[in-house]
Amino acid sequence: MAVKEVRDAVDIPENFERLQEVIDEYKGKSGSLIPVLQKAQEIFGYLPLEVQKKIAEGLKVPMSRVYGVSTFYAQFALEPRGEHTIGLCMGTACYVRGSNKILEKLKEELGIDVGGTTEDKKFTLEATRCLGACGLAPVMMIDENVYGRLKPDMIPDILNKYR
Amino acid sequence: MDIFRSHILICRGTGCTSSGSDQVADAFDKYIKEEGLEQEVKVVRTGCFGLCEVGPIVIVYPEGAFYSRVEEKDVQEIVKEHLVKGRVVKRLLYQESLDKDRIKSLNEVEFYKKQMRVALRNCGVIDPENIDEYIAMDGYKALTKVLTEMTREQVIEEVKKSGLRGRGGAGFPTGTKWEFVYNAPGDKKYVCCNADEGDPGAFMDRSVLEGDPHSVLEAMAIAGYAVGADQGYIYVRAEYPIAVRRLQIAIEQARNYGLLGENILGTGFNFDIDLKIGAGAFVCGEETALLNSMEGKRGTPRPRPPFPANKGLWGKPTLLNNVETYANICQIINKGGDWFASIGTERSKGTKIFALGGKINNTGLVEIPMGTTVREVIYDIGGGCPNGKAFKAVQTGGPSGGCIPAELIDTPIEYDTLVKIGSMMGSGGMIVMDEDNCMVDIAKFFLQFTCDESCGKCTPCREGTKRMLELLEKITEGKGEEGDIEKLQTLAMNIKDSALCALGQTAPNPILSTIRYFRDEYEAHIKDKRCPAGVCAALLNYIILEDKCKACGICAKNCPTNSISGKPKTPYVINQDTCIKCGVCMDKCPFGAIIKK
Repeated sequence: MAVKEVRDAVDIPENFERLQEVIDEYKGKSGSLIPVLQKAQEIFGYLPLEVQKKIAEGLKVPMSRVYGVSTFYAQFALEPRGEHTIGLCMGTACYVRGSNKILEKLKEELGIDVGGTTEDKKFTLEATRCLGACGLAPVMMIDENVYGRLKPDMIPDILNKYR
Repeated sequence: MDIFRSHILICRGTGCTSSGSDQVADAFDKYIKEEGLEQEVKVVRTGCFGLCEVGPIVIVYPEGAFYSRVEEKDVQEIVKEHLVKGRVVKRLLYQESLDKDRIKSLNEVEFYKKQMRVALRNCGVIDPENIDEYIAMDGYKALTKVLTEMTREQVIEEVKKSGLRGRGGAGFPTGTKWEFVYNAPGDKKYVCCNADEGDPGAFMDRSVLEGDPHSVLEAMAIAGYAVGADQGYIYVRAEYPIAVRRLQIAIEQARNYGLLGENILGTGFNFDIDLKIGAGAFVCGEETALLNSMEGKRGTPRPRPPFPANKGLWGKPTLLNNVETYANICQIINKGGDWFASIGTERSKGTKIFALGGKINNTGLVEIPMGTTVREVIYDIGGGCPNGKAFKAVQTGGPSGGCIPAELIDTPIEYDTLVKIGSMMGSGGMIVMDEDNCMVDIAKFFLQFTCDESCGKCTPCREGTKRMLELLEKITEGKGEEGDIEKLQTLAMNIKDSALCALGQTAPNPILSTIRYFRDEYEAHIKDKRCPAGVCAALLNYIILEDKCKACGICAKNCPTNSISGKPKTPYVINQDTCIKCGVCMDKCPFGAIIKK
């Protein structure tokens, strides 16, 4: 298998140009910090400090506030993430129907803990809040796709689709 | 509008979409085209029908044939048999809907019989991405009525008369809230919708937004007229991408029709709505934390008073209601407050949507008149627990609520009765638990949740939830001591009294209610070092039954820690010192020879 050279998102100058466009669009509007951080994360995949600094300067808000908001919300990542994000639902309905066993299987298959990213940067594993698909419990999402009525045995095949 | 001889309604709520309803809908398009029926049969992609358990769901009208668990490969048969030849494909029908040879109407099916759909009236009926279908169902009639026939005071009076109380959890009278904002001095006011549905196991707001987004937009415009606001915001979770997309489409269509924006219906009334997308924080469902988040700050709560009605978004008077509350408004205006007040009980009017989940046969979404008993919901509508297991308790109100045990199953569902028995209405999640669920473990689960989601601003919640969680961990690990239950109770009461916002004030509820009704389970963990339900791993041993073991060796092969040993023809043995109690051996044993004790 050919090894694809992975350039970190912060090494690509166009990414900062796109970020500047976002900042220009929101500059001066109230309540714009969260949408700007959301768009920045779409561009970079995560929110490294230099991106946060750029946003603080651009929107003229203190760096402490940008960092405070970035670390407060679960959606924002300060470290690079894997190519695919696995969100296993740990809502109550899934929990009483055995999502714990699914979590153990995922950890075993991927060799990482919750919040971790696999060495090959393929997967990031997260335990999410209720996905609102309780009828199919236990449920997980890989990127935008929902997998329901899970049993531990099903996990390897599902992961293989993304490998 | 074209006239079609048949309508095919396909559920595209989250549950059915996850089960593959998109592919089913596309297949219908394809085969209908192949048969040349495009002018005769219309495919409608709707919101949630409620019975997520048997999705994807397809309903064909005029017969009302209710097809369940439809797969892509079944579609051609339905088209060829049902639509071309007029023969219903019985094999694919939801079996409950078949009465010998007759197809029952939806209202006769057990799951729907006791339901009454007010807030969900259009879910599963119309295409949520098409404003014309909403208008055809009397959509925007209520807005027209208030703008042309009613004064602002009359609107508030009608909502007060209905007795509607907030559906987000606390149950504050909606009309009174509107009046507060109406009376609040200020040149600029806002109308906000709390769509940050974070309670695990509750997905009614999601279904309303996905199935009938215009009903919320219209209600917000009515609220804007009543309280004197010209701008609305919907704060919606990022975890609900379909809801976000449908709201965006709905707002765009309403603007194009002149139903949002400037000079609505030529009456001089201006009102517009924008979306604010959340970034993942449970505490943002709390109203003051939500306002902070909308302003782009950390979502920590503010002390109250001042209440949002006086000082809300950017310090301006702000009306904040949740999705389901708004979804009732148009019906109240159209049919009158008296009509709404005639449904339900003395102090809880109208209907309430519940999300049934956990150990129950018919998982899904149900809307029932207030006052329906828990038993009717669990057994008549929900079909009881699967696999013949005994019903133990139902948890309502999420991490803020409590458990209703089997002996109180005849309790009517009302705001006040639920609080009296130590639970609460909450946003409407109902998680059913059977004999296999450990109540101490459930309390620990909720405490892990609130501990994680505590924003850290006030000490009682930040430190207190952590201490309570530690005590529960100690108990479930078999290290519990005499007096731990009392320690938990004291701590719980202190936190209830001193936390800043509802998250902290209600965080102890799951503990208090499980101690109240399942104290014996706590005591078994502490005194006997035993988990009666067989859940808490540290208190369990897996044992191979000698008389049932056929010495096949499957358990040993699957054991991740090589803790099982044996020889051919003699029963295998588990080494309890190295066993990590994962339970794989029990799952894999083909003879049922392994038990946990």
